[in-house]
Amino acid sequence: MAEIKLTVNGKNVQVDTDPDTPLIYILRNDLNYTGAKLGCALEQCGACMVLVDGEPTNSCVRAAAEFEGMQIETVEGFGTPDKMSEVQQVFAEENVAQCGYCTAGIVTSVTAMFRKNPNPSDEYITETLNRHLCRCGSHSRIIDAVNRLRTGAKK
Amino acid sequence: MSNHPSLSNSPKVADWLDFSSENQLVLHTGKVDIGQRITTALALIAAEELGISFQQINVRKTKTDIDPNEGYTAGSFSMQHSGYAIKKATATARHIFTAKAAQRLNVPEDQIEISDGQLRASGTNQSVTYWELLDKTILDVDVDEEVKTKNPEDYSVQNQPHIAKGMAEIMTGKYQFLHDLKFSDMLHARVVRPPHYHCVLESLDNDVVLRLSQENIHVVQDGSFIAVAAQQEYQAVKAARRVSLAAKWKSEKQLSEADIYSLLTSNNKDRLFVEKGCIPSTTKQIPELEMLEDESHITISATYKKPYHMHASIGPSAGCANFNGKTLRVWTHNQGVYPLRAAVSEAFDMDVDKVSVEFVPGAGVYGHNGADDAAFDAAIIARHLPNHSILLKWTRDDEHSWEPYGSAMQCEIQASVDKKGKISSWSHETYADTFLTRPIIGKEPASRMVSSHYLEKSLPWPVVGPMMVANGGIHRNMEMLYEMPEPRLVKNRVYDLPLRTSALRTLGAFGNVFANESMIDELAEKADIDPIEFRLSHLKDERAIKVISELQQLMAESQNADVDETGYGMGFARYKNSAAYCAIGVCLSVNEAAEVKLHDAFIVCDAGEVVDAEGVRAQLEGGFIQAASWCLYEQVLYERDGIVSRDWDTYPIITFDNIPRMHTRLIENQGMPYLGAGEAAAGPTAAAISNAISQATGLRVRQMPFNSDAIMAAALED
Repeated sequence: MAEIKLTVNGKNVQVDTDPDTPLIYILRNDLNYTGAKLGCALEQCGACMVLVDGEPTNSCVRAAAEFEGMQIETVEGFGTPDKMSEVQQVFAEENVAQCGYCTAGIVTSVTAMFRKNPNPSDEYITETLNRHLCRCGSHSRIIDAVNRLRTGAKK
Repeated sequence: MSNHPSLSNSPKVADWLDFSSENQLVLHTGKVDIGQRITTALALIAAEELGISFQQINVRKTKTDIDPNEGYTAGSFSMQHSGYAIKKATATARHIFTAKAAQRLNVPEDQIEISDGQLRASGTNQSVTYWELLDKTILDVDVDEEVKTKNPEDYSVQNQPHIAKGMAEIMTGKYQFLHDLKFSDMLHARVVRPPHYHCVLESLDNDVVLRLSQENIHVVQDGSFIAVAAQQEYQAVKAARRVSLAAKWKSEKQLSEADIYSLLTSNNKDRLFVEKGCIPSTTKQIPELEMLEDESHITISATYKKPYHMHASIGPSAGCANFNGKTLRVWTHNQGVYPLRAAVSEAFDMDVDKVSVEFVPGAGVYGHNGADDAAFDAAIIARHLPNHSILLKWTRDDEHSWEPYGSAMQCEIQASVDKKGKISSWSHETYADTFLTRPIIGKEPASRMVSSHYLEKSLPWPVVGPMMVANGGIHRNMEMLYEMPEPRLVKNRVYDLPLRTSALRTLGAFGNVFANESMIDELAEKADIDPIEFRLSHLKDERAIKVISELQQLMAESQNADVDETGYGMGFARYKNSAAYCAIGVCLSVNEAAEVKLHDAFIVCDAGEVVDAEGVRAQLEGGFIQAASWCLYEQVLYERDGIVSRDWDTYPIITFDNIPRMHTRLIENQGMPYLGAGEAAAGPTAAAISNAISQATGLRVRQMPFNSDAIMAAALED
């Protein structure tokens, strides 16, 4: 066991853990940020996506210790049910989620994308979303929500 | 007593409605929210009927003994079962409360106006709330199915813009999934599975077990069932890997590598004639297949094939269980808490009232996936490790290789069209494994749990006979709505096939509608008739004519000029011939690498009265995308030594780079009975894609997946 120091959603935290534990387990079990989900533990599906220094990063394989000194953000850091971020609000209004298991990861990637570029190209959007799998078939609604955010059009 | 399946079990208004919390209405339902947003629809029905705001209404997660037993949340029945029951229960309640309010306020009943939970005497400032009128027995009356429900012209809540129940929580990571449960006495668990179905444990290295126990990690072994449990989740993950290396398995039999479509036709089977109404007959002689050979008919024979498909949930299945020495509490994200309780109590020889099962949301299940099994695994471990809450999660590998798949299918159709362009004969013989190995109360439910076959007291694998109900499993949607001479429909329930199968969204309808609606296009093409006109000329059912005509219009409005060499295709079915009518169109192109690119999806649906239009659209569009994924990308790969498709690389599904623009239209039918729409899109989508590929390329693909290999193969045959 070892003490590791992480910065999650702006807070500095210390966790006593087996140093090879992947970040997702620390976030979900030790720090109660359960928004990111374990989907494959193979960096294939994107359900575990968090931001590391602003970059969408799978959290299911790499050890938490690798992220010391970096800014980690989870979906909980963007907003709350009563005060959602713009991305979360538009995603909710567009009713994009069905089961919702993949959603937090997608919200996370899309949030990072719009921070970098408020008007991303179609190719950039596809590239961003293609790191995520969805099984309910919410893709078209997610694309619609992203387009609405891109153009700033009001529903 | 009611004939309605839900109201006959739970006849009282109080079985469905609970006003005991001030200013809140809690709905009880036996249907669970698996992403189809039934909680939102039920809350909207109640809000509309009772004049209570949507926000004031909460829908309970189903728990045994507390909520109605409505069987499985399956077959697109949630609206017809729970939606209907709650509509009638809320309308009954409104009449009771209105009468009481009239008495209290001393005005005639027709002077009572209701809004925001207030019952007001018209033209006065006198009012009373539901909660003020409540007494202990007021709702202890039977639901009146003849009750006058709200006039659809006065609807003000249903189909209005709203944010669905749980949506804000999902967006912000606050929605509680089963996978997120946390208890102070909790242990995280993983199962160590054998390499494939037919293995037994030969030995387990005791030194490893001992070393793990010194690290406070439990190893549970019960026959060939092995699991690990630890306080830290990653400890359990690593321990499972160590135990996996310490376990030696003996393979008693291997998986057959013979071509699955050969096995479907050559293996032992029950062969049944499917009569009008799609009910199999065990007595009726199957007529010989005859061919109309004279010159006045064009006859086509074709065989359509689909491989095994996975449910392939994004979240691996999970279950939680706690055994205190006397009672067993189970948390599950499956589709039926009552049947699961029957399975668990039978397996552990416990009284049913000593077992409770409650629903907590998980990832979408799309039928009978690993959810039941994972709950059962958690229960096995909990029985071995009492007084701990065992949170068991399957791995991606477990999910891909152990879930019960949707069966491979083969559909052989021979059909003729006469000189007038009318269908003059139709024979459809379909072959598949069972679509129903869910636990069923009273039918040895424990044996449906995969781990039951590996316990010390192991149960044999279930052998399930053919489903005999109308539009049941393999024969679902074999019959079509088109007018034609009595068709020859034959169902083959085939045994001794290599993979474990059960209910996958739409059961046999996906394969049957794909085959039927492909053949309709093949006939139309041979007869040189526009495929939409061909369909319309064979229909009398006005609702069917309406959805197809609307589709025709919708597609005409959106002709795609910006892509070269596109193909258009359509498919139509009324799901189960008793639920929603759905016509699907697609515009696609096939690129130089022989890959299908989807451009536009056109969806027209008549689902009867619609409560949550956004929810219905999401189900239809999601159904299209999931079916497109099945068609274009998916097949379970396996070999002698087990399943090969064990992750997302070896079992690819559709991704964001091949999602079409959606053009969705719902037929307005307020006041009509609800018709389930959750599974309506899948079968027609498959046919629409196959028909569009044919139009785009001139090549007919009859075997899924329609990937570049299949299209190249069709080109070589051509």
